[in-house]
Amino acid sequence: MEGLYFNIDYGYLDGIVRGYKSGLLGGNQYVNLTQCDNLEDLKLQLSSTDYGNFLASHSGPLSTSIIQDNLSKKLYQQFQYLKSQSSGKLAKYLDYISYGYMIDNVSLMITGTLHDRDCSEILKKCHPLGWFDTLPTLSIATDIESLYNTVLIDTPLAPFFKNCLTADDLDDLNIEIIRNKLYKNYLESFVEFVSTEFGQPDLEIMERLLNFEADKRVINISLNSLNNPDLTSEDKLSLFPNYGKLYPNFHQSLSDAEDVEQLKSIVESVGEYQDLFSDVQDSNSGSSKNLEDWFYLLEMNYCKNAFTQQFTLSAIWAWLRSKEQEIRNVTWIAECIAQNQKNRIDNYISVY
Amino acid sequence: MSGAGNREAVFPTRMTLGVMKGKLKGAQQGHSLLKRKSEALTKRFRDITQRIDDAKRKMGRVMQTAAFSLAEVQYATGDNISYQVSESVQKARFQVKAKQENVSGVYLPTFESHINEDINDFKLTGLGRGGQQVQRAKLVYTKAVETLVELASLQTAFIILDEVIKVTNRRVNAIEHVIIPRTENTISYINSELDELDREEFYRLKKVQEKKQENAAAAEIEEKLKKASDLEKEKASQKKHDLLPATTEENVLLEQNAAEDLDKKVKGDDDLLKDDEEDVIF
Repeated sequence: MEGLYFNIDYGYLDGIVRGYKSGLLGGNQYVNLTQCDNLEDLKLQLSSTDYGNFLASHSGPLSTSIIQDNLSKKLYQQFQYLKSQSSGKLAKYLDYISYGYMIDNVSLMITGTLHDRDCSEILKKCHPLGWFDTLPTLSIATDIESLYNTVLIDTPLAPFFKNCLTADDLDDLNIEIIRNKLYKNYLESFVEFVSTEFGQPDLEIMERLLNFEADKRVINISLNSLNNPDLTSEDKLSLFPNYGKLYPNFHQSLSDAEDVEQLKSIVESVGEYQDLFSDVQDSNSGSSKNLEDWFYLLEMNYCKNAFTQQFTLSAIWAWLRSKEQEIRNVTWIAECIAQNQKNRIDNYISVY
Repeated sequence: MSGAGNREAVFPTRMTLGVMKGKLKGAQQGHSLLKRKSEALTKRFRDITQRIDDAKRKMGRVMQTAAFSLAEVQYATGDNISYQVSESVQKARFQVKAKQENVSGVYLPTFESHINEDINDFKLTGLGRGGQQVQRAKLVYTKAVETLVELASLQTAFIILDEVIKVTNRRVNAIEHVIIPRTENTISYINSELDELDREEFYRLKKVQEKKQENAAAAEIEEKLKKASDLEKEKASQKKHDLLPATTEENVLLEQNAAEDLDKKVKGDDDLLKDDEEDVIF
């Protein structure tokens, strides 16, 4: 029954997203890209894909950052278009998606404010998907208290701040901890939104993706803070989103883990994440996958599966993530070509 | 020999001769010392050149891995990681200390890198994702900076040594090809000049001797003549009284002149003898 009325509101956007999806680079195109000898070749190869003449307006020598910028620009345009066409719960959903980027931007702005940087300089570095109108005003606040009281309250992120921080906290807490706390709150509220607004099969897919996102953060945080005496296990626990496959059984033990082996044994007790820490030699490229690669691979597989369901909004999320991964892949390939490190060039993740 | 061409403008005296001989000795000693110094420096220089070569090759490799690890970080974390890192750094973890090393009188600055393990400002960066890559990139870049510091210290030493070696070689060459030949020329010039004087003096003495003998012979004849004339005068004194006084006055004057000359010659002779003795001593 869901599918019956889906197209009334969201059919157009669903169609567009699925169109975008079919424009994603496939395995063959990646192989072609890896055969390139220089960045000019890469540009030529890319021009025959969905990216078209994305570098047409650019003159002068190519660099990986230019390629990355232009690839991202394309993604931003597509996302903005979707956003402008959205309505109802879809609009809310897209907002939620962009909150994640907003968190990055806000923490960037706070960092800049703390160090007295020029705000226009930081604004240039902000992620376009996380842009909101009051973002530039963040730099107006000179001290942390006013930042909290007058500026942060007016941002879309205020609810996330509300639950976790007081004015005193902003001062000495490391910005990285703030960011992760925000992210935890964001994920939790996203899950809540999804479970109240979405029905099957959207709910199932989104929960799977968000579960994964939460677990990824939990594992990363506990892994990256292993050798860090500043972060107590309570601190760590407060950064873990109360969600995901690892919740609630493993969070406590993860925050207490003291070395990688311990962490490994905990994570491997969850079926899906069994492969995460295995350094299996890739059969065709010979390079071993590290944790980050496994995460990306897993996420891409989830995203690919998300497209198998009809009449879902989760396809947008899946497409966005796939596209981001694609940009990372192309950047990686470009980097390998530019730095002449062909032996690692096959480290990209391609599922389509 | 080019006695007139390449020599110092000195008066050819025995004193200058002594000074010149001292100078020659000093120049030769200085030459051998500088030559040794230049050899020591050149040895060091070759050593450093070799090490620079190694360091540069190493730097190439290290920088490549470093740049690549940065690419990995970017792949894992996204765009703004460098900004986050640069903002969260408060204290210098990697410090460079300058020292001085003495190589045969040349002070070469050497740089020593020092890592303060306690300072680790951005260990929380990339907490959410990519923290490991960030830390790995940090390690690789630390290594890269170490290599750079090493190379910098070698390069500075290279430049300074090069300069010093050039100066020293210039000095060695100057002493060897200019100062020593010139001093030698001066010495031989003085010697030849002194010999010339000797010969002149000798000839003069001989001439004086001759003159003296002539004079003596003349005086004897005069004496004889005088005696004869005296006898004649005595005989003729009675006859002629007005002729005699003028001739005797003339003779007395002549005799006085000859005596003075002889005195002078004897003095010169003494001087010459003394000089000769000095010559032998030297």
